[in-house]
Amino acid sequence: MIDTNQCETCPVHNTGNLTKLGINMQNFDFVIALAGNPNTGKSTVFNALTGLKQHTGNWPGKTVMRAEGAFLFDGKKYKVVDLPGTYSLLSTSTDEEVARDFILFGQPDVTVVVVDATRLERNLNLVLQVLEITDRAVVCLNLIDEAKRHEIIIDDRALARELGVPVVPTAARQSTGIPELLKNIDDVAKGVFICKPHRISSGSKELKRGVEKIQAQIEKEFPGIPNSRWVALRLLEGDQKIIDAVRSGELGTLTKRNLNEELAAIA
Amino acid sequence: MFDKKRELILSEANQLRWEIGENFHDSLMETIYKDAADISSKAVTIKGEKAKFSFEHALDRLVTSRWAGFPIMFLMLAVVFWITIIGANIPSSMIASLLIDNFHPALKGFAASISMPVWLDGLLIDGAYLAMAWVISVMLPPMAIFFPMFTLLEDFGYLPRVAFNMDNLYRKAGAHGKQALTMAMGFGCNAAGVIATRVIDSPRERLIAIITNNFSLCNGRWPTQILIATIFIGGAVPVYLAGIASAAAVVVVAVLGIVLSLIVSWSLSRSVLKGEASAFSLELPPYRPPRILKTLYTSLIDRTIFVLWRAIVFAIPAGLVIWLVGNIHIGELSIAEHFVEWSNPFGILIGLNGVILLAYIIAIPANEIIIPTILMLTVLTSNITGGAGAGVMFELESTQATANILYSGGWTALTGVCLMLFSLIHNPCSTTIYTIYKETRSIKWTVVSTLLPVIMGITICFFVAQVWRLLA
Repeated sequence: MIDTNQCETCPVHNTGNLTKLGINMQNFDFVIALAGNPNTGKSTVFNALTGLKQHTGNWPGKTVMRAEGAFLFDGKKYKVVDLPGTYSLLSTSTDEEVARDFILFGQPDVTVVVVDATRLERNLNLVLQVLEITDRAVVCLNLIDEAKRHEIIIDDRALARELGVPVVPTAARQSTGIPELLKNIDDVAKGVFICKPHRISSGSKELKRGVEKIQAQIEKEFPGIPNSRWVALRLLEGDQKIIDAVRSGELGTLTKRNLNEELAAIA
Repeated sequence: MFDKKRELILSEANQLRWEIGENFHDSLMETIYKDAADISSKAVTIKGEKAKFSFEHALDRLVTSRWAGFPIMFLMLAVVFWITIIGANIPSSMIASLLIDNFHPALKGFAASISMPVWLDGLLIDGAYLAMAWVISVMLPPMAIFFPMFTLLEDFGYLPRVAFNMDNLYRKAGAHGKQALTMAMGFGCNAAGVIATRVIDSPRERLIAIITNNFSLCNGRWPTQILIATIFIGGAVPVYLAGIASAAAVVVVAVLGIVLSLIVSWSLSRSVLKGEASAFSLELPPYRPPRILKTLYTSLIDRTIFVLWRAIVFAIPAGLVIWLVGNIHIGELSIAEHFVEWSNPFGILIGLNGVILLAYIIAIPANEIIIPTILMLTVLTSNITGGAGAGVMFELESTQATANILYSGGWTALTGVCLMLFSLIHNPCSTTIYTIYKETRSIKWTVVSTLLPVIMGITICFFVAQVWRLLA
């Protein structure tokens, strides 16, 4: 404990590079989305990154709208979007849709999935779904202090190996681990760290064949799309919103510029 | 936007969907769960789980237990109000003496020294400034005590337990269990509570939650309840019981609000908004030690200063309006006196009076300013001497002085009780009404949400007044 504290106060350390910009969000270089199950401390992480004072509460479902803020790290300007907490991205309530649409259509440069270290298995369900949609993610293993108190030991390196993305243990309430989180976000955003995200195993043979078939066609129609497999899965399941996005071509043309208006309409 | 290639993809997906079979979604979910379990088994080691979890579980068993859950809830509320009532009086009178006894004459002196016109001096200093000074001295101390305590409870994780206790009742009323959460949010601010109903998926249940959110006493109304309870309930019992009796009265009103929201939810789901309650899962978050300093900061900035600022912003124009209706005369009487005289019989019939009715019209923009408005109008219309003229706040030094004004305005304990009831059951403030419209996009439901509580409030006050007069 004492060691980390000394590290954090040392000017050579990462936090020396951090400038919290609050709601000043003009001309950002990267967009970061904060996703996670309800009540895992997304808003606390958000506040720690941006210096904003979003009301946090020990209260699942507190954030129903997106909150946005910004920070400057190592010369790059980051915009942070705090999404509503969700258990999955496969159902259709308003708050889940806001989160899903942002990760899919918003194409954030990095999606930070905040997970509750004391309930890792359940939280991983969402992580795996996020990793299907995006290949640029960082897992923030939050509430690590509570896990320690409950004598739950998590091998974050093994977890990172399994998931194929960086895993950073944090205790955002005490601001522990935030410098490391920043460094990893920065690495992924700048392409220094290349994620090789875990992909859900395909299940039955027919499913696998079907997914591959559709996936290939989507990649041909929308070159460079990062989540063709997930789109294929959604099409096979008959997700109306995704069907519409394919039909209108919106899936391929959505750029960051017209994104904000799109999202304003959703939220 | 028709594109052949894309349509081809879609039709192929449709085709394949049939081949893959119906249990596609389930099997996909199963794979996800299996992968998650595999990964977590590789990364997580748990030692001595049982012993460590037992304290939280014991606490949860107690606060959510069938027999102790509600009493503990009422007791916690009562303690919070009691501390607020006991603690707020002295700082309140100190601020009043500073802003009203010292600052106001100084401002008047300054205005006179630069020979400001009488009407401008009256409008700005006796109207706007005094209304603002009143809001600060009446509202700041109780808010500065109440909000931090409430936020501490929230941070600790108690509110979801309240929702857990209430869930069953709401389900029986045909509403969504999560309505208990939005109701608890409404205790802070109804507009926030209305927005929070977005967590409810079914439009039917969401509408019920929106319409009944107003029955949660909000920030703007707690101070009214606390002040009136202190004067009329605390004043009616021996001094050593005053604090406890007033706190208990406020708890009774708050609980009545919850009961009413249940009753209205029940009637709506049996009539215009028929349907079955849908199931949901509510996760009880772990208890977390509250961070005292951070809580003090956020509750001061987010709640106290926010509500106070809103009150001041609305008090200034209200102060102007009060001064104007008190000083523009039609014939012998001012506009205010005309209205009060005209509406007094109806007001008295429902246990209130004409002044309160006028105050509720002036204070539609914000519930926060109801007490200052009532006091200014009472002074204005009841010929209390000693003030600086029509439409001017009396110089008040403490709760006792407030009480004296109200008593000389002809108030009785019945007026106090009916005011507490009417403050609970009346139209939402303008911000909430606008939020309801934004969330529902329906004029019809906005009107229902606005008028239903007013009609209920008038009806309930009427019956209370009749019974009271029969018994007294």
